[in-house]
Amino acid sequence: MRYETVIGLEVHTELATKSKIFCGCATKFGGAPNTQVCPVCSGMPGTLPVLNRAVVDCAIRAGLALNCEITRNNKFDRKNYFYPDLPKAYQVSQLYAPICTDGWLEVAAEDGGTKRVSIREIHMEEDAGKLVHDDWEDASLADYNRCGTALLEIVTQPDFRAASEVVDYIEKLKAILEYTGVSDCKMQEGSLRADINLSVRPVGAKELGTRTEMKNINSLRAIARAIEAETARQIELIEDGGRVVQETRRWDDSAGESCSMRAKEDAQDYRYFPEPDLPPIEITDAQIAEIRASLPELPQAKRRRYMEELGLPEYDTGILTGSVYLMRLFEETCAACGDPKEAANWIMGEVLGQLKLTQTLPENMIFAPASLGKLILLLRGNVINRGTAKKVFQKVFAENVDPEQYVKEHNLALMTDGGAIRSALEGVLAANEKSVNEYRGGKAQAFQYLIGQGMRALRGQAPAQEVTRLLKELLDD
Amino acid sequence: MTIDRDLVLYLESLGRIRLTEEERAACETDLRSIIGYFDQLGALDTEGVEPLSHAFPVTNVMREDVILRSMDPGDILANAPREKDGYFMVHRVME
Repeated sequence: MRYETVIGLEVHTELATKSKIFCGCATKFGGAPNTQVCPVCSGMPGTLPVLNRAVVDCAIRAGLALNCEITRNNKFDRKNYFYPDLPKAYQVSQLYAPICTDGWLEVAAEDGGTKRVSIREIHMEEDAGKLVHDDWEDASLADYNRCGTALLEIVTQPDFRAASEVVDYIEKLKAILEYTGVSDCKMQEGSLRADINLSVRPVGAKELGTRTEMKNINSLRAIARAIEAETARQIELIEDGGRVVQETRRWDDSAGESCSMRAKEDAQDYRYFPEPDLPPIEITDAQIAEIRASLPELPQAKRRRYMEELGLPEYDTGILTGSVYLMRLFEETCAACGDPKEAANWIMGEVLGQLKLTQTLPENMIFAPASLGKLILLLRGNVINRGTAKKVFQKVFAENVDPEQYVKEHNLALMTDGGAIRSALEGVLAANEKSVNEYRGGKAQAFQYLIGQGMRALRGQAPAQEVTRLLKELLDD
Repeated sequence: MTIDRDLVLYLESLGRIRLTEEERAACETDLRSIIGYFDQLGALDTEGVEPLSHAFPVTNVMREDVILRSMDPGDILANAPREKDGYFMVHRVME
């Protein structure tokens, strides 16, 4: 029998706000444990939360960029659960009136076309703390720095049919959240993590199969692997006459398999109720219009423009707009050198090459974006040749050197003195009489040899065109 | 909703508390009268009445996105049952 995989996603993204959702503690990643904690986010009795205005703005921005309806009357709810990562023993979230509903995002479908993935809702909530397990003490250690960081949970309908669609969705979602400044989406720091709801059913079946949930997967590679493995596990189970149990499973990426965390029998009972400590939030049409007007050009529109106005290939535009950091580099390079095609070629070639070689993510590039434009200008002005430009770029990429200064300091500029080139070439001809005679006797290859000798004598520092022209002139005299 | 001993045991497990048998019996009685009262309210016709989540007509109480000073880690850890390297140490839990 042939099966179809049905996947729905819940993506949690930490917002790029400076302070937490209900208190003034900093949200900066990587602080010493429990240094960004106060009575509110550590759940001390008698404290009152006050909502961070920027969280509402971020949620509306994300919602508008994802084609959602914005809820005018917002409320918060309490989700009760007992776990040491959450000192209050409840998470403030939105169950009954999420801030955004009924959106969509267009993704590349498995069959080669495109499809719209429906976004059921986006709600605001607070993150939990982080637990590390201490085997020596046989205990768990809690750090509440992340506790109370603002999150958006973006929930789709079960519209995905393949891992590739999920990966494309997350890449596009990440780009949109970065462009709109909602989140920095650093997956390796956990600021974007996905829960995967997955079931299988025979192709053509109307009803959904029983689904399992895999939580907090934080790399695209792990997400794709988890989907493949869980699909195979469920199909094998059904083929062997078994039944899929509705449960939460933990994906172990190093082992390449998932294991059961808790079965439905003891499913969590969250006892949601309206949060009494936070008054409702009313959003006006004017506020929505103002935020809509402030949205930047989004990845898809930008991509279309790059293709139509700049004439760039479709594949390149996907890469260039897929990361806000590459997009900014591209636009600044264009502005500096006025040559979008050359800028795109450099990014697609040298920049991606260096990123791959050094295992660097675009957000961690250190060089001044204007440097690439300067380098292209040096190349186009024949100040340096392409080989030198590539070598200088490696220095720019690794050490953020200024290309103009670097070329000057290291004497890499091409010779511009025609007289000096001519005299060097005369020396070459005098030393290679045999080849000169062969060339004059009609042997064309001899010319290539002489050019090679000439470039060598000039240590590659003369413009190739100029060397060819002068050599011809001398030989044909 | 059926109020019985099983429900009380379930609530105990959710709240991570343990009651004595006398407390359980008292809790069952109290719950029955509380839930019974809500059942009475539930019998009313609320057609066309908006659900009320807050008693006071206050909306949009918000703060600006400004970082304020956090507590001294020593103070925040003062109530920790056990601590290690600046962390709260708790019973081992499964992720």
